[in-house]
This record gives sequence, structure tokens and C-alpha cells, in this order.
Amino acid sequence: MMNSSPSSWRRIPERYCLIGTSCETCKANYFPPRLICPKCRRKGKMVDKQYSGIGKVYSYSLVNVPPSGFEIEAPYVLALIELEEGPHLTAQVVDCEEKDVSIGAPVRMVFRKIQESGPHGLIHYGFKFVLSK
Amino acid sequence: MRRVAVVGVGLTKFGENWDHSFRDLITEAGIRALADANMSGADIDALYGGTMAAGRLIGQEHITALIADYMGLNPIPATRVEAACASGSVALRTGYMAVASGIHDHVVVGGVEKMTDVSTGEVASALGGAGDQEWELFMGATFPSLYALMAKRHMHEYGTTEEQMAQVAVKNHYNAARNKYAQYQKEITLETVMKSKVVSSPLKVFDCSPITDGAAVAILAPLEQARKYTDTPIEIVASAQASDKLALHSRESITRLDATMIAAKKAYAQANVEPKDIKVAEVHDCFTIAEIMAIEDLGFCRKGEGGKMTADGATALNSKISINTSGGLKGCGHPVGATGVKQIAEIVWQLRGQAEKRQVTGAEIGLTHNVGGSGATCVVHILKRTN
Repeated sequence: MMNSSPSSWRRIPERYCLIGTSCETCKANYFPPRLICPKCRRKGKMVDKQYSGIGKVYSYSLVNVPPSGFEIEAPYVLALIELEEGPHLTAQVVDCEEKDVSIGAPVRMVFRKIQESGPHGLIHYGFKFVLSK
Repeated sequence: MRRVAVVGVGLTKFGENWDHSFRDLITEAGIRALADANMSGADIDALYGGTMAAGRLIGQEHITALIADYMGLNPIPATRVEAACASGSVALRTGYMAVASGIHDHVVVGGVEKMTDVSTGEVASALGGAGDQEWELFMGATFPSLYALMAKRHMHEYGTTEEQMAQVAVKNHYNAARNKYAQYQKEITLETVMKSKVVSSPLKVFDCSPITDGAAVAILAPLEQARKYTDTPIEIVASAQASDKLALHSRESITRLDATMIAAKKAYAQANVEPKDIKVAEVHDCFTIAEIMAIEDLGFCRKGEGGKMTADGATALNSKISINTSGGLKGCGHPVGATGVKQIAEIVWQLRGQAEKRQVTGAEIGLTHNVGGSGATCVVHILKRTN
């Protein structure tokens, strides 16, 4: 995997705290963060935006055949989450079975280990989601 | 702009070609294409090559220098283009632009991928590079899972069923069984697909295109010179390409590919044809749901009706529109960089009347549709037999 120390550290605000961006010109919200607003381009003004971590499942799949680095976690539910502020993101839905998940199900963010760079490498943390009770 | 024709095509057998290296594959396809065009290497002015992941899969970059070297084409300019699974089509479009502009006369376009020299896990990671490494792959996404997210949503929005998706695989294996170049020359039943192991729900093994070695080459020339090389020049009457957001989560909808719809609209306008004029098309069926979305986005049916159209048999060989007569990526195989050029070869054979047991009766206009990643690059070409 392409997860060196600097590439991991510089994503800490986004992956740990759901910091994205918002365009002050057109009010569009973005996650992951962007340097420029694709709609307004240079007319836009991007500012940081903290997302609440509340959302719902937009689509999901049970991954039985994982990529390298995720063998120990499979099978796991991968989902597109629609945040209440608008943006979608890709994340795992954990602490549940596939049959418990449905499109539209309410979810909230939790802080978890995502993967490890081998037995002696970095541990990468970030967001996953759980079903809201 | 000059009008451009395809005057020669060549393929290798697609499959697990353990005894052929990357350079063997592309050289073999190149020799066949040059022979098909009645040309010698000395006639060629430039080379464009498409490969997605040679660096990850065989540890080799600078691949068009290698190809020019081993095909005996030095010192012509040799340029690599990369657009994930659409690399072959983007190479073809680059060659088309070079000939159309008058910069080069005779151009060789190659697509190639050697995928079986590394483990399946390494292939999956390399192909994952077509998605968003930091925000999709990092979270545990795979390519099957990204298309599974599209499939699940398509089922939710339009009532598409797993059986309808399975019908895509059944049809494409039927066609592949009639193509001597195909990886799987074997028909399958609906039950085979439905009972196969789930890779990423709802997609099963038989919903997924395989890991394949293979190469495809096309030779382009100005239409006005084409009859020197072939009795049946096939004109490229449209070449259109569009881009979209890299990650699925950044798109407004995941049940259509906007880049396909935009490229298709431009291509139909360039060729001055409508979807109903197309009788044969090679579309990007990396997963069965991708073919269902493609026939909708290309305008062959209304949005949401791709599954029904397939189950009704309207995309089968010599039906309303013959989709993926080669067997598609599913049945013929998907050597990623080669696929776009293979699609062109298949349509050229169809329009020349050389498609043997899978010939579409009276095919005069054909279309190719090639997707990079989960839809961030889409390329549409329309080809026509010149009389």
C-alpha cells in the first residue's frame, strides 16, 4: 500500500476529525477537502468545515474478497455514506451484519483503526461508521 | 481535419498466456495488424501505446520505447498514454488525432496488459489505482466493490435484479464461445452465474471480468490513402472522450456515468447518427452492471431499463442491437490496456463481414465504449464501412 508516514500524517485532520471544505461563494460542501471549488473555480473561496459525522447509507456492499492489507477484516461492509451536510464519502460500516444494513439507514461516525502497514509498520486510523440505534 | 480509417487490426489470443511476455504479446499483435494492412514497419510514422499498470504488473515503465524496439520500428516517435481501463481507447484517439491533423500519416496503435506474472492480490491493488487511492482504496474499497455499490443503488432505484445482471454474463459467454480469441470459449447458464461465489455483494465471480493477458493493435491511415492497403477501409466517423470525478462518492449519481453520456452525445453528433442506427456495439462490461448502465447511458434503451432489455434478449447476437459480440470484457477477457483496441478490432471485423460465427447480419455502423476506472474516463468511437 502507498501509505508512508508523511502521506498518512497530512491526512490526520480529515481522517480523524472529518474536516472538509466549504465554498463561501456557492455554499457547496465538500468531503474530502478540495483546494478549489469545481463549480466556482477561482471565483470560489474555500474554508475548512467540520462535519458532524451524522449521515445515512447511500449504497453498500459486503466485501468478501479484500485487497491486500484488509485480509484480516474481511468480510466487511463497505458503504457510501451521505453526510447530513450533503457530501458523500466511502467508509466501512462496522459492528453489524450485512443483513442489518439498508439504503437509507441512519449511521454515525466512529474512530477506528483502518489498516496497518505490515506487522512493524504504521497503524493508520480514521473514520468508520456504525448504525445509529 | 483529414478523415481517418482503420486499415489493419490484429489480436493475440486473450487468456492466461503463461508462455508469453509483455513484449511477446504486443509484438505478435503488431505483426498480425501490419500483415492485415499489407504494410511493412517502414511505412509506419508513429506509435501510440496504451497500458494501465505495467509498472505494477511487470515492473516495466517506458513501455512504448520497448514496443518500438521489439517491433523493429525505431526511430519513430513512440508515446505511452494511460487512462486506466480506457488506456487503449485513449491511445487510439491520440493516434486518430495525429492522423486527422496531418502530423502523421500511418500510425500504429497498441494496447497491452500482462497481468498473470503477479498474484491476484497484487493485480487487485494495481487495478485499484484506477480509483481514488487516498479516499476509496485506503478505506478498503476494491474495484468489484465500487461497481457493487453502483449495482446495489441501481437495484434500489430501478428494480434491476441479480438475474438480469447474470443474463449479461450468459449472453457474453455465448458470444465468446464463437470467438477464437476469447479467454472463455464456453457457454454458461444462468444458474452457473447465480450460484457462483459472491465477490462483493451483489456481484458474484461470474459478474466480474477476469484477469487476462493480451494485446491488440490497430493501424490508422488517412481515408484517402486507405484503399492502397485494404479493400474495405473502416472509417472512424466519431471519436469522443469525457472525464468525470475520480471517486464515486464525488458524483451526483452512481447509477449513470455522466462521462459516457457526454462522450456518446458528442460522438453521435460527429457521426450524424442516432443510437437506433447502431446495430453492433462493444461496450465496457468490466462487471455485468456496467453493461446494463452502458446500454442505458448510450441511449439504446431508457434509463433503468437496461436489465429488462438484456433479459428480454434484445442485446443478444443478431437481435435489436448486438452488444459485445466479442464476448465483451466478461467473456473475451480484459487485459486492461488492450481492451479499447480489441473493441475496435471486433467492430472492424464485424463491419468487414469477417466476424465468422458471431457475424452481425448487415452491420454497417458500429460503436465502441471504453471506461476508465469507475467512470472518470469514458471514450466512445463510431466506425463505419466505406463503400
